[in-house]
Amino acid sequence: MEATGLSLLTVILFLPLVGMTIILFIPGDQGRNIRYTALGFSVVTFALSLVMWASFDPNVAGLQMVQRWDWMPTFGISYYVGVDGISLLLIVLTAFIMPIAILVSMASHIFQERGREKWYYLFLMVLEWAMLGAFMIQDLIVFYIFFEITLVPMYFLIGIWGAENRVYAAVKFFLYTLAGSVLMLLAILYVGNQAGTFAIPEIVSMVHSGALTFPFDGLFSTQSYLFLGFFIAFAIKVPLWPFHSWLPDAHVQAPTAGSVILAGVLLKLGTYGMIRVLLPIFPEATVAWAPIVAVLAIIGIIYGAWVCYAQDDAKKLVAYSSVSHMGFIVLGIFALNGQGIQGSILQMVNHGVSTGGLFLIVGMLYERRHTKKLADYGGIWKALPVFGAISLVITLSSMGLPGLNGFIGEFTILLGTFGSEVLGFFFALFATLGIILAAVYMLYMFQKVFMGELDKEENKHLPDMNWMEYAALIPVLVGVFLIGLYPALFFAPMNTTVMELAAQVGHFVTTVAQAVP
Amino acid sequence: MIQVPSLSDFNLQYTLPALSIVVWAAALLIIDLFIPRERKQTTAWLAAGGLVFAFVVNAFLFNVNDEAFLGMFRADQFTAYLNAVVLGAAFIGVLMSVDYIKRIGIERGEYYVLLLFSVAGMMFMAAANDLIAVFVALELLSIPLYVLSAFRAPDTKSEESGLKYFILGAFASAFLVYGAALIYGATGTTNIPAIFAAVSGIEIGGSASILLLIGSGLMLVGLGFKVAAVPFHMWTPDVYEGAPTPITAFMSVGAKVGGFAAMFRILASALPTFILMDASLHAAWQTTVWILAAATLILGNLVAISQSNVKRMLAYSSIAHAGYILMAVAAAGTAGVADAAARAALFYLLAYMFTNLGAFAIAIALEKDDGSGTNISDFTGLAKSRPGLAAMMAFFMLSLTGFPPTAGFVAKFLIFQQTLDAGLVPLAIIGVLTSVISGYYYLNIVVKMFLGDGEGDPAEGATPHLRWAAYACFAGTLILFVLPVLGTDIASSVHLATALIP
Repeated sequence: MEATGLSLLTVILFLPLVGMTIILFIPGDQGRNIRYTALGFSVVTFALSLVMWASFDPNVAGLQMVQRWDWMPTFGISYYVGVDGISLLLIVLTAFIMPIAILVSMASHIFQERGREKWYYLFLMVLEWAMLGAFMIQDLIVFYIFFEITLVPMYFLIGIWGAENRVYAAVKFFLYTLAGSVLMLLAILYVGNQAGTFAIPEIVSMVHSGALTFPFDGLFSTQSYLFLGFFIAFAIKVPLWPFHSWLPDAHVQAPTAGSVILAGVLLKLGTYGMIRVLLPIFPEATVAWAPIVAVLAIIGIIYGAWVCYAQDDAKKLVAYSSVSHMGFIVLGIFALNGQGIQGSILQMVNHGVSTGGLFLIVGMLYERRHTKKLADYGGIWKALPVFGAISLVITLSSMGLPGLNGFIGEFTILLGTFGSEVLGFFFALFATLGIILAAVYMLYMFQKVFMGELDKEENKHLPDMNWMEYAALIPVLVGVFLIGLYPALFFAPMNTTVMELAAQVGHFVTTVAQAVP
Repeated sequence: MIQVPSLSDFNLQYTLPALSIVVWAAALLIIDLFIPRERKQTTAWLAAGGLVFAFVVNAFLFNVNDEAFLGMFRADQFTAYLNAVVLGAAFIGVLMSVDYIKRIGIERGEYYVLLLFSVAGMMFMAAANDLIAVFVALELLSIPLYVLSAFRAPDTKSEESGLKYFILGAFASAFLVYGAALIYGATGTTNIPAIFAAVSGIEIGGSASILLLIGSGLMLVGLGFKVAAVPFHMWTPDVYEGAPTPITAFMSVGAKVGGFAAMFRILASALPTFILMDASLHAAWQTTVWILAAATLILGNLVAISQSNVKRMLAYSSIAHAGYILMAVAAAGTAGVADAAARAALFYLLAYMFTNLGAFAIAIALEKDDGSGTNISDFTGLAKSRPGLAAMMAFFMLSLTGFPPTAGFVAKFLIFQQTLDAGLVPLAIIGVLTSVISGYYYLNIVVKMFLGDGEGDPAEGATPHLRWAAYACFAGTLILFVLPVLGTDIASSVHLATALIP
């Protein structure tokens, strides 16, 4: 259904940009006004995203709240927003993470050292705009634009307000991801030239009605090259092993809010892109490449977990745990069935909440002690009991304890992998190994930091948590329990869309099996 | 009996924008004598007024498609578009020059007069419909630029710049003329539509065909020199570094406009059907341009990384951007793609005009009166001392990289699209990968400005006029991204080859 006037999505999308413009005109020394403007706009955006969820019809498979304006009509490019079961939760997640990131920045001391508070919140607003855009846009070129714009504010957040090696990490982050995505631009152009339009729904319907075919005869053919053009861009963003080497650097150097957003939302752009583009537009190549991708995902799951255990830097540990968790999500997607994809979408939200939460915890500890070394901590529970309890819940949720959110996602993904026609038992088996390892490294970290004797003098008199830190952590806790105890609420909106997608792709599983021996 | 043409046959009105610039430049040379030394700014504003007048007149040319001066010039949308780009570049160039030439002590009226003559040369080049006209326009474009490059004499770098540009430029002109002579030998005419008509009668692989091949190759050498394509780029860094910075800025855009206009006219209008194999869909010159483009992209972008002077860095960047436009020229060699490729190149030149002039405007702001302050390290901490300038510079750098949300992104996107459409996939891949490489050195400036420690340069050169120039470039770079139709629609009826078929 086409909206008349402004679609709610357009309003949500451009609200952060309005916030940015207002902040631009506030003098830089009025820190308080700047902070609260940013917080206010992000909270309103979140509230509107809940309104969007409430007015979302879960029985419709296609796009809702659609709005379309021509951008470059000669080339079939348009500003085209819409929400379906795949993007709904991710839009809400983005709007949910943003106020938390702003709150934790307000509680932070980075501006006393680095200053330029105005620019910081300006970049956060641009970042929110770009991320929301990437999830809402249904036009390949404009999607690419938003996908790329997210790099710029993140680059500055890491580069200006990061830790010691910030410049190296920022440049590496920018160039690594840019290098991945330029080939995607060529693939997009090729697809668009063939289709005569860049609108994803139109391309998908052409592909499935047979009006548009990308020649496919095995792992190396036109369709597979196009698949790879997109896949490499997304795999770097995820990051899938072996494309992950930018992630630990970026995470370790980024300020807390940067890490929270990076882990919470930005990585999901990759997995979202896989579901949005690869599965429906290149179904045959997806089916053919699925086992190979799944092997990479499983290597990532186990490798990430293994490396975690060797870390002495808390932030690096959480960063590598992301590699492991994101591997699960990719595995679920390439199971190519309803359960796998649903589990992946939910796990994207879970990972955003839990790993975002872990980065909050590490960031808050860093604010107090100015160190990320695990060895410098110990017995923190005794110094900060409430903080310790909250941290325990988030750690357990990241581990996948039943009753909390992580379990639901991982369990559904494993079910999907097990029942998948392209993957199957052994993939599920090795992935389960990842869950066991996750318990090991997560408990190892928790024990090093919170348990044991409070034997270091500096740790004995840590300042208590302030209201901004509570305000940042409590929504995370709410998310952890809500998803863990009432997952049906989250599966309901995505069900129709995902089932249709799975049916479309499932149709190709048998045909490709015949074509590729 | 010789028929004497009457004045109305010349279709003077179609060359009015360029003619008015020539007339105004000649008049300004006299007027300037009566302007007292301390009020030389008046000349600048008079020159700018002439540019505005030409710009307004030029707006009427967008819907014309006719010949002027008995077929020597062509007035069509292609001409009008490029005229607009040149006039825009010159206007912004004047804005950047006003305070600059005063503070470095080279304020003389001839500066603006020479600038106007060069503008006229570029505009004639965009209109040239005859190889002789191409040559004359090229000289009118070049000679004032040789003088302007050396305008900072007795500064040795500036003298070196002018002399180097002149000697190598004269050399390139010789190639161009020789190429024109050979084409005349092969086809019996120098008129571009007539060459187009004659090409179809040339036997494939015959002696005329070989003459034509060598002739077009030599012309490509001459024009490749003007647009700074590898391997004819050697002069660029030295000339760019030594010339007064506003001239460097203007030259980097204007000379490219002239060179590429002639390249499109000669290759895409006159020789699109010149093939070496029967029923080939690819023009004979396509492979050559393809290789030039690839070499230009790779060398320009790689060498730019190691530069420490911002003017030299922008010089190599300008070489690299010539490579991107050459991609469009190469794409024009595939049958059926020429017009769309020309439109992409036009948009690219427009976007590049705003972006590159903007980048130079910030560089001028940092330049000291003695010509120092142009090192990349001088940008350190600029975001602290002048956040507005630094933000704009960062935006221009993103645009040069071809990163959204900037005009540079749309421009590169259009070029890559045409390259793919023309079936030149490896060239497109080289194009995107070198864009990533270029990200490194453009980002380096951003790193210095925003992430570097230090209080930053006060950027005393950022006078109000210069800031207006920068704002205009910033607005252009942003608006062409938000509403690219503004740049593409006015080129929508550009037809190079097809318009000539009766």
